[in-house]
Amino acid sequence: MLTSKLQQFGNWSGQGVKYFHWNKNSGYISIWVPLILLLIWEGLCRFGFIRVTILPAPSTILTTLWSMLKSGELVRHLGISIFRVLQGYAIGAAFGIVMGIMVGLSRKVDQAFVIIFGLLRPIPIIAWMPVLILWLGIDEGSKITVIAIGSFWPVLLNVVDGIKNVDKKYLEVARVLEKSKFETLTKIILPSALPSIFTGLRVGIGIAWMCVVGAELIAASSGIGYLIMYSRELLQSDVMFVGVFSIGITGLLIDKILLIIEARFLKWNVNSNL
Amino acid sequence: MNKSEFLYIKNVYKTYKAENGDVEALSDVNLEVQPGEFVCIVGASGCGKSTLLKLIVGLENHFSGIISVGNELIKGPDANRGMIFQEARLFPWLTAEENIGFGFVNKISDKEKKKIIEEHIELVNLKGFGKAYPHQLSGGMQQRVSIARALVNNPKLLTLDEPFGALDALTRIQMQQEILRIWEFEKTTMLLVTHDIDEAIYLGNRIVVMSERPGTVNLIIDVNIPKPRDRTNYEYVQIKKQIYSALFREEFKLLEYAI
Repeated sequence: MLTSKLQQFGNWSGQGVKYFHWNKNSGYISIWVPLILLLIWEGLCRFGFIRVTILPAPSTILTTLWSMLKSGELVRHLGISIFRVLQGYAIGAAFGIVMGIMVGLSRKVDQAFVIIFGLLRPIPIIAWMPVLILWLGIDEGSKITVIAIGSFWPVLLNVVDGIKNVDKKYLEVARVLEKSKFETLTKIILPSALPSIFTGLRVGIGIAWMCVVGAELIAASSGIGYLIMYSRELLQSDVMFVGVFSIGITGLLIDKILLIIEARFLKWNVNSNL
Repeated sequence: MNKSEFLYIKNVYKTYKAENGDVEALSDVNLEVQPGEFVCIVGASGCGKSTLLKLIVGLENHFSGIISVGNELIKGPDANRGMIFQEARLFPWLTAEENIGFGFVNKISDKEKKKIIEEHIELVNLKGFGKAYPHQLSGGMQQRVSIARALVNNPKLLTLDEPFGALDALTRIQMQQEILRIWEFEKTTMLLVTHDIDEAIYLGNRIVVMSERPGTVNLIIDVNIPKPRDRTNYEYVQIKKQIYSALFREEFKLLEYAI
């Protein structure tokens, strides 16, 4: 049970994920298991089993969170990171969709890029960071680019997949009704690929969020990754954990928002999760 | 009335390329259909009856022989020839109305489209379901939408490829009555492929019995029982017997050889 919950939290593709289940069988298990763990953690700190300079008590982290929220420091760093994500993600997702449509529709384009994509895709995104810093400096450019690269791949793959898996029977209907290629694309192929495109967009934003933190850890003077790095240097472990947990919470919120948007768009999709 | 046949099929052969050589799907098929006629094609699965429909509609080319509709040779799909498939093939992201609207081939004003869609929703008895998505409709209702979609262009010929094959027995009988009513109202020439012998006798003015591998016309039976037909009528049952023996004669022979 616990492991499956953890997998769900770490599952960025998140298909079929419902974060909290309230039903008679499990009761409020998804609430009280973490609560008990928090209590144990708090107790271990209070009674001196854990050195609070390494792992501060949950209550300390909460107090720090509250004061950082009040001072606006946390919001400022989060805001900067989110803004970077939005810029990079917009570029990466747009390229992913356009490229995915072309690869999905044309065998020629597919063949033209098969080796290039096959070679570039396995490269861990963070490995691009030094290269990009060399090319673009340590400013925003390198961070946004690394986010764009990171979100490009999942969007690309899912768009291609969605387009290639269009039901041939639908295409036959279009042929009987003498639809043009353009109309077939906009009225049949794209709508039927939409669930898959949305999956790509959701995986993409998850990775974009990981990329921004990674990039900020390496070189930045602001943002949530920088906050974590800097507080480690100052041995402010409570600030560090506020940073770490706010990454998790923001990621979860972003995913939820995308799910809601998806549900709006895909009312017709009976297989959808919401 | 014009003497020339509306649908004219002469010496049609069709072979498919398969891994181990060519497969002959149709061999010397000949058929003539008069305008306004309701012709049913029966045959075992794999006898090429669906292939024949695809050739008529223009979904497949590469055959030898002549197929013409209204004195014109077939060159790909055309608004004059509609097709209904076994599955309704509705687009799940469009409502019933929008699915029907997808059927329009010729450009007409939105106002006119709306009017025609409404008329056709009434024609197929789906009033009040225009805004429903396909997954909210039953199988029979989905097939009604797909019939409406095929009819909005007023096709002269409507081909139906086992249209009720996926429906349950009771819905099937209901849909057979519906399609008869629509045929009498619209006077469209209908060419219906089925493996349901009963369905063929109930609906057809003529029944074409096809034999399998390679598919060819085995027998053509005129059904002169007035519609709506009583399925227990003596003549009805006689025709049924005739079709059974035409379809299974070959297999009986095979059995005899085997013994």
